[in-house]
Amino acid sequence: MNEFFVLMKTELMITAIIIFLLFAKIGGRMSNASLSGVTNLLLLATLLAGFLWPARGWLFGDMYYTDPLIVLEKAILIFGVLLIFLFAHRWLRAHQHLHEFYLLTLSALLGMCFMISSGNLLMFYLALELSTIPVAALCNFDLERKTSAEAALKMIMASAFSSGLLLLGISFVYGITGTISLQVMPAALGGSPLETAAFVLLFSGFAFKLSVVPFHLWTADVYEGSPVPVTSFLSVISKGSVAFVFITVLHKVFIPLYDAWYLALFVASVATMVIGNLFALRQQNIKRFLAFSSIAQVGFILLGMGGLESGIPVVVYFVLVYLFSNLGAFAVVSVISSASGREDISDYNGLYKTNPWLTWVMALSLFSLAGIPPTAGFFGKIFLLASGSESGNFTWVAIAALNMVVSLYYYLRIVRAMFMEKNDRPLEKIHAGLHANTALAVCLAGILLTGVIGSVYKIIDSLVY
Amino acid sequence: MQSLLVNHYIILATILFTIGVLGVLIRRNAIIVFMCIELMLNAVNLLLVTFSAMHNEAGGQVFVFFIMAVAAAEVAVGLAILVMIYRNVRSVDINRLNRIRW
Repeated sequence: MNEFFVLMKTELMITAIIIFLLFAKIGGRMSNASLSGVTNLLLLATLLAGFLWPARGWLFGDMYYTDPLIVLEKAILIFGVLLIFLFAHRWLRAHQHLHEFYLLTLSALLGMCFMISSGNLLMFYLALELSTIPVAALCNFDLERKTSAEAALKMIMASAFSSGLLLLGISFVYGITGTISLQVMPAALGGSPLETAAFVLLFSGFAFKLSVVPFHLWTADVYEGSPVPVTSFLSVISKGSVAFVFITVLHKVFIPLYDAWYLALFVASVATMVIGNLFALRQQNIKRFLAFSSIAQVGFILLGMGGLESGIPVVVYFVLVYLFSNLGAFAVVSVISSASGREDISDYNGLYKTNPWLTWVMALSLFSLAGIPPTAGFFGKIFLLASGSESGNFTWVAIAALNMVVSLYYYLRIVRAMFMEKNDRPLEKIHAGLHANTALAVCLAGILLTGVIGSVYKIIDSLVY
Repeated sequence: MQSLLVNHYIILATILFTIGVLGVLIRRNAIIVFMCIELMLNAVNLLLVTFSAMHNEAGGQVFVFFIMAVAAAEVAVGLAILVMIYRNVRSVDINRLNRIRW
C-alpha cells in the first residue's frame, strides 16, 4: 500500500487537483483569480513532489511502471503545463469557463502521465485516449468562433482515425505474440512480415499524434483554429509525451524489428523535415507558421530516435529544450493575441520599437528553434545529429543539416522583421502582467542556461540504464 | 472454432476495417464519418476476440470492453463538437470546412 502512494504520487496529486476543481465548480464561490492561483500552486507542488523519493517499480501486475527517468519526463510535462497556465493567465482570468479549462487540461496531463508509465498495451491505449479526447474539447474553447469548432472537429476525427489504425496494429501484435504486456512482448517478436505490417500500423498511429508527414494534414488547421494556450499545449506537451512513449516503445519493445523501424524512421524523418520546412517558408499566420516549424522539429526528433546508444537521453533533452524555446515563442504570441487579437506575421513588423522585452524573448526563442550557438537549441540539435550518426547513415545527417540551414532562413526572416521592418499600424505597448512575465523570464532563462550548463544532459543520461 | 478457421475471422475483420477506412476517406457527412470510425473499431474488436480465443488468453477480450467504452466517449465528444459546428455553419458537411491551405 505504501508503495502505491510512493510510485503513483504524481498521478494521485493530479487527480486530487481535478477533484478539487470539480468541487470548486459545484460550490461556485471562488473567483477566477483565486482559483487559478490555487491551481497553479497545487500544480507546482505536484511538480516538486515528483522529485521526492524517486522510486522504481511495478504496480498492478505489469500495468504501471515507473523509474527516475519517467519521473523526470513527467516533471518536464507538468512544468510545461504550468508555464502555459502562467502565460495564459490574462486570457484565462477573463474566461467564463475557467474551471473547465483546468479540468480538461489536467485530465489530458493525467492521461499523459499514465501513458508514459504504461507497461501494457491496454493501459497505453486508455491513457492515450485520455490524453487526446479532452484536448479535442479544448480546441473548441473559443465557443463563439467558427474556426475553433472546426479545429476541434478536425482534431477529434484525426485522433479517432489514428487510434483506429493504432488498434489494428495492436490487435495484430496481440495475435502474433499472444500477450498485451510490453514486458513479455520483445521475447515473442521475431521479425516476420506480419509483424512488420503490424509495426507499420502502430507507426502510423504514433505518426498521427506526432504529426509526422504524411499524417500531418490536420496539424496546421487545428493549430490555427484553437486558442493560443491550447495550440501551445498541443505542440509542446502532447508531442513531447508521445515522443517519450514512442522512443521507449521503439527501443525497448520493438528492438527485434530494428531494421524495419530504422528504415521507417529514416523515410518519415526526411519527408517531415523537408515538407515542414517548405511549408513553413510561406505562412502568413504566426500560429500556422509555428505549426509547420513544429512539424519540422519532429523530423529532427525522429533523427535522434534512430541512435540506439544515446537515443533516449538525447530525445528527452531535446524535448526539454524544445519546451523552453517553443513555449517562449507561444508565450509572446499569446500575450500579443490576448491584448490585441492580432496573429499575422506582418503584425510583428517593427515590434522592437514598441515592445522590446517581448521582441527579445521571441527572437531568442526563434534562435533556439533554429539552433544558433549560444542558445540551448544548438546543443539539442547537435546531440540529435550525433545520435543520428551513430548508425553510420550520414545521408540522413546531411539532409538534416541542410534542413537546418533552410529553417534558419525563415526563423531569421521573422527576427529581421521584428527589429528592422517598418509598420504602418504598429502594436501598442503591451503590459504582459506579472504571471506572463514570469513565464517569459523562465523560458528565457531555460533557453540561455539549459545548453550552457553541461550537467543537465549528464543528469538525464545518468537516469537511463 | 471447429467449422470456422481463424483465417475467416481475419478476412471478415479486414474487410470491415477497409470499408471503415474508405468511408472515412470518401464520405463527406461528418456523422457518417463517425459511423465509419466506429466500424473500424468494431473490426478491431472482432480481431481481438478471435485472437483471444485462438491463444486461450483473456487479455484480448478485456481489451474489447475498454475499446467499446472509449469509443462511446470519443463519439460523445465528437457529437458535442458537431453540434457546435452545426450552430456555426448550419451544416455537417465536411467539405464546407475544407480550408486546407498550403
